[in-house]
Parts: sequence; C-alpha cells; structure tokens
Amino acid sequence: MSRYLVDKAGRRLVFLAALVAILILLLIALFTFKEGLPAFLKIGFVKFIFGTKWSVAGGEFGILPFILASIYVTLGALLLSVPLGVSCAIFLAEVAPHRAREIVRPTVELLVGIPSVVYGLVGMLVVVPRMGDSLLAAIIVLTVMVLPTIISISEDSLRAVPHGYKEGALALGATHWQAIWHVMLPQARSGIATAVILGMGRAIGETMAMIMVIGNSIIIPTSPLSPARTLTGTLAMELGYASPGSLHWSALFATGVVLFILILALNSIAFIQRREGEG
Amino acid sequence: MEPKIETKSLSFYYGVKQALRNVTLAIKEHQITALIGPSGCGKSTFLRCLNRMNETIPKTRMEGEVLLDGKNIYSPGEDMVEVRKRVGMVFQQPNPFPKSIFGNVIFGPTMLGINHKARLEGIAERSLRAAALWDEVKDDWKKKSGVSLSGGQQQRLCIARVLAVNPEVILMDEPCSALDPLATLKIEELMQQLKMQYTIVVVTHNMQQAARVSDWTGFFLMGEMVEYGPTKVIFTNPQDRRTEDYITGRFG
Amino acid sequence: MRARVTQKLAFGITWAAGIITVLVLVYIIGYVIATGWRAITPDFLFRPPSEGGISTAIVGTIYIVVLTIAIATPLGIGAAIYLTEYATENWITRLVRYGIETLAGVPSIVFGLFGFALFALSLLGTRCLLAGALTLACLVLPTMIRASEEAIKAVPVSIREASLALGATRWQTIRHAVMPAALPGVMTAIILSIGRTVEETACLYVAMGINPLNMPISPLSGGTTLSLHLYYLAMEVPFTIEPMFMEKAMGTGVVLILIIIIINSLTHWISSRYAARMIR
Repeated sequence: MSRYLVDKAGRRLVFLAALVAILILLLIALFTFKEGLPAFLKIGFVKFIFGTKWSVAGGEFGILPFILASIYVTLGALLLSVPLGVSCAIFLAEVAPHRAREIVRPTVELLVGIPSVVYGLVGMLVVVPRMGDSLLAAIIVLTVMVLPTIISISEDSLRAVPHGYKEGALALGATHWQAIWHVMLPQARSGIATAVILGMGRAIGETMAMIMVIGNSIIIPTSPLSPARTLTGTLAMELGYASPGSLHWSALFATGVVLFILILALNSIAFIQRREGEG
Repeated sequence: MEPKIETKSLSFYYGVKQALRNVTLAIKEHQITALIGPSGCGKSTFLRCLNRMNETIPKTRMEGEVLLDGKNIYSPGEDMVEVRKRVGMVFQQPNPFPKSIFGNVIFGPTMLGINHKARLEGIAERSLRAAALWDEVKDDWKKKSGVSLSGGQQQRLCIARVLAVNPEVILMDEPCSALDPLATLKIEELMQQLKMQYTIVVVTHNMQQAARVSDWTGFFLMGEMVEYGPTKVIFTNPQDRRTEDYITGRFG
Repeated sequence: MRARVTQKLAFGITWAAGIITVLVLVYIIGYVIATGWRAITPDFLFRPPSEGGISTAIVGTIYIVVLTIAIATPLGIGAAIYLTEYATENWITRLVRYGIETLAGVPSIVFGLFGFALFALSLLGTRCLLAGALTLACLVLPTMIRASEEAIKAVPVSIREASLALGATRWQTIRHAVMPAALPGVMTAIILSIGRTVEETACLYVAMGINPLNMPISPLSGGTTLSLHLYYLAMEVPFTIEPMFMEKAMGTGVVLILIIIIINSLTHWISSRYAARMIR
C-alpha cells in the first residue's frame, strides 16, 4: 500500500534534513581551512599568530594585536558582567517578589533581542564621547550585550538546584542568604560556569558593535583608553577589499580559522562542563 | 467455539526483567473478559501484547504466540498496522487529539484511506451513537475541540474513535480509573452494549467492576496467569489459594 | 546578629543588580526613541535613501526574512522531527547533535566569511540577497531545530499511542497527530528565528554587502536591511550625502526595536494562548 512508501520516504527525508547540520559545519570548517591554508604555509603558523604587524600594503600579516584586543575586551566584559549578572540571577531566582520578577525577566529577554548595531550606536553616542574610541568603551558595550546571557543561564542553574538542598539548610537554622551562598551557589556552580563560557563565546564573536566603538587601529593596546581592533572587526572590515586568492585574502581566512578554533574550544569546554555538572 | 484471540506460552521481557511468564489464555468472542491483579502483575503488559503496542517500547522481547482468529499476529508477514485496526485500544488516561470531535473520530478512517466526506460523516455519526456520545455533541461536533469535553465524555470519544475503524476486538486498559463514579457507570453500561458486536478485554484494578461487568475473569500475579474462568466462578469459588486471597482482599 | 546584617547587605546588592539591569534597558530604549522618533515620518518610511528614507531597508529586511525562513524552516523542522521521532542512540545521532550545538556557537562573522566564499563567490557569482539568505539560513538553523524539537517533544506520548493504536503508520502519526499538536510551539520557533534574522548584521555585511539604494527585485540583486542600514548610516555614509545621519540611524533603530518588541510579544502570546489548549 502506498501508505508504507510514504512512511519510508518521510523517514529518509527527515534523516537527510538532520544531516544538513553536520554538512554545514563540515563545509564551514573545510572552506575556511582551505582558503586560509596558504597564509599559514607562507607566513608560518607561529609568525602569523604572534606577529605584531598587519599591513596590507606591506604584505605582512601578524594577528597578535587583534588577538590581544579580543582577549582584553572579552575579559573586561566578563569581569564586569559576571558579578552583575550572577547577582541579578540570584535576584530573579530567590529574592525578587513576584511583581519585580514580572518586570525584570521580560527586560532580560528584550535585551537579548536588541540588535548589536543598536548597542553599538548607543555606545557611539553615549560612551565614546566620554572616553574616545577605546578598549574601555568596547568593554562597557560588550558588558551590556553579554549580561542577558549570563543572567538567564545562571538563573536557570539556580532554579535547577533541588529544593531539598535549600530546605535542608533552612531547616538547620540558616538564613535565606546563607542557604543561597553556602548551598545553592556551589550547587549551581557548573551551570554558572557554562553561562560564563557561553558569554565568553558571545563576546569573542561580537563584530559590529565592536567596530563602532573600539577605534579599529592596528596597534597593540597598552592601556584601556587606547583604541584597538578585534579579530572579528578585521574580518568584517577587510573582506570586502581583499582580492580573492591573494595573500591578504588568505590571511583573512586564516584569521577566521583562528576564531573558529577558539570558539570550538570554548564550546567543547562548555559542553564537557555541562556533562560533568549533570553527572 | 474457537477463541477470538488467544495467547500460547506468552512470555515478555523488559530488558532483563521478565514481566510475563508463559501465559496461555483463550478469549471468547462477544464476551467481556476482565483481567485483574495487583499493580505490577503484568496485566497491562499482557494487554499491549494483544495489539502489538509493546513494539513501540525499545529493548523489549517477546516469546510465544498471539493468535487472532487462529493466525499469529507476530509472524513476519503480518501487517502490524492492520492488526491494530482489528484490535483497538482505549487507554487509561483519555487521550483525544487536540482536534474537533469530528476530527478525532474520523482520524482512523482517514489514515486508512477513506476521504469521501459523506462517508466519513456517516461513520462518525454511527460511531458516536454506538459510544453513547452522539446526543451530547451532535450540535457542534465539528467545531468543539475534543479536549474541551469532560473526562467521561473524552473517554467515550476515545471509544468512538476506536469504533470508527471497525475493530473486532476492543482492549481497554483501566478505562475508568481516571473517571468519576457516574462517568464510570456510563462506560460500564456502554461495555455491555458493545459486547454484542465486539469482543472486549478489560484490565481493571477494581474488583467490584470486574465482578459487575465481565463474563470471564483472569487473575494475574507476578507475570503469571494464576486462574481463568467464568466470572461467577472466580469470585464465588476460586480454585487457587492465591486467587482467593486476592479476592478477599488479603493483599493487593 | 551578623548573619542577618550580611543577608540584608547581600539582598541589597541583588536588588541593585536587578534594578541596574532594568535601568540599562530602559536607558537604551529610551535613548534610541528619544533621539530617533523625530526621524520617523511617512517620508522616512516610504522613500528610498536617495530621498532620505529607509524604504529599501524595510523591503530588503522583509525579503531576507522571507527567503531565510523559507530555506531554514523545512530543514529545521525536518531535522527536529528526525531527532525526536526516529533517532536512536547511535553515533550518527550524537554527531548530528554535536553539529547543531557547535553550529550554534559559531560567531556570525565566521558564517559571513563562509557564506561570502561559498554562496556569493563560488555559487552565485555575486554578493546578493540570496547569498545573504543562504548564509543566514545556516546561522539560524540551530535555533530553528532546537525550538522545533522542544515543541515536538512537548506533545504527550499518549497522542502518539492513540494514533498508532488506531492503525496509523509512523509517518501518518507524525504528520497528522503530532505535528498539528506541536503547531503553536513550531510557530514560536519560526518567530524566534525571524527575530534572529532581523537583528543579524555581521554575516550579512560580509555575504551580502550593503547596497543602500537598490530596491530589491530578484533574489540575485543586492540590497540592504534595517540593521545593515543603521550601520551604514552611523559609520559609512558620507556627511555630504546624508547630513542627518545620526538622527536617521536612530530612527532606523526605533523601527528595529519596535519590530523586536512585536516579535517578543507574539512569542509570549502564542505560548500562553495555546498552552491552555493542551492542558487536560
């Protein structure tokens, strides 16, 4: 009967659809590696990563300034957003009365949805006039962008802590805060770690907002007020100008490879973290 | 008289755990057979073997035969989907689809390939009448969602849904345990009417219900079928000690 | 006692954190609206940038959303169906899940890189809307899959059992019983993906480029979207061509924020309205 043919066909179709996800990932990896390989070979892996000069005209391509800028901005943003975010998560999970929660939770959701260019724009008009296009400006903007991720995942982890732990502590005479600090937070530790790692991923990957406030100078940043350029910024700004097949082109793809690997490493750590947390 | 549906040396395993031990049972046509026993004794597992529903659960194994009109329903050539049409099932928790009442009832026939509108409407009305639900829903059966009915009505809707595919055997897995006494009574009356056309096997943990409603009763204990016979006999003069203990409430 | 004092202090800090978060959002949205609302005139919305408006961006955004969703939805829902209904615990399934999780973490600029090289240059020969949409579909796929998976998983097992017991095949059960029940959740998945598409900038910037004046007619033409246009106004347009670029950028921002708010509300509305439907 044709019902059975449809059954078989349907099963095959959805299987193919599921394979697409792996396919895309493979393609991305293959393509970026393929285009980036000439740069790695010609410039040398170590010289590429640790080289301090990036000059299109001069044909020299070292990405250390970008790596440093990305790292500084990410660490700075985490330094600010993790305490703030975890505190807010505690607020939402344990402290806030119903009314307050009804206001703050949708706020966090809305913050996630605001396009990065809007954040960049506000940063340009509000933060930059006070401190110039700089690492610090980028850190402030990035903090706000990463905050919702930290808050929502941390809140979920806190909520996932079994009631029994908290109640056990309270029954022993602990105050609410003591229960949170000594029992719940340690329990939620791996979930919060996941939040931080995912936030890190978001921060390293952020592009447009960074371009708008960080100044984009190709220098090794020495102070929080100096301008800089991130890995992502370089890619966005120069891909349009590079001629396909040139060393410049390949260097850009090689930069993409570095980014890709960085993010992959982060995600794997987060994945392992989560697995261990659940075990 | 040939049994309508019977099992021969049926054993069933969930992984390494054996849930049914060598059950041989012959169910008679146009009768209501009740399966009773304490929780976990395997009666629901047994029921699900009769319409190949256990195959939806992974890591299970079955030994023995299940014969419908003399033919083993598990033999390789048999159409599993066809078996389920002939042996219908009503579940413990009423589970209407989030569709209209009409949509619920015609689901089975539609899946089997019938799509002539008038024919479907005819089938649906017949089934709803047979399930004693027609009068209550006939005014807005095409608009009203099946989920918005009361518990008892939902269960009758599920029965109508099964009737619509024209089964020969109807399996009921504790059909009244989620219902109030009045709804339960209605379903029990319905069962009496239905047995004239169909063969009914009902699993119940309510002994009084089994005694009230059924013609034959089988008592299950720890995967074994301990005793099987006419209901009157089982309840007034059980042969096995364990049956007697259960009936008189000494355990379970 | 000391513990109580500590608690008061600690709770005070968490309250402050909550308030700061809300204030930040209010400030950002307030700032954008306050600086941008004046730019929102019918001329602004319906005229192209050559005449000081953003009509090309609005049309471009709609175009991109439609194309992207058209590509990503069947793939995403299909994958979700496979994962919930057919997949067993074997290496392929684990690989698929790994692929989806990893893809979800890839930054959009890397998608842009990939899309530019593969779709724009190799496949289509030019940066265009279609290249952007294909790239964006790859980016949005994990979101679509995850959200659809949740929607399908939420359908109770009893629905599947009822359908199978009536003699339906596996595929019939999925198509006629499970999917209709999962519909609200799947709609949420689609709307979430639309939201993601609208806010996306980096990957489109690279894979599609900005063509602010072009009113897109075919998928192979260039164009721009609202978020790309905002970037363009803030960073690239020469002062001589558009002296009011900051106000216009803010105006574009207002439109974007409005869209996001509408999308968020839609998601909530669907969830709450249909959650009641499934309760028994």
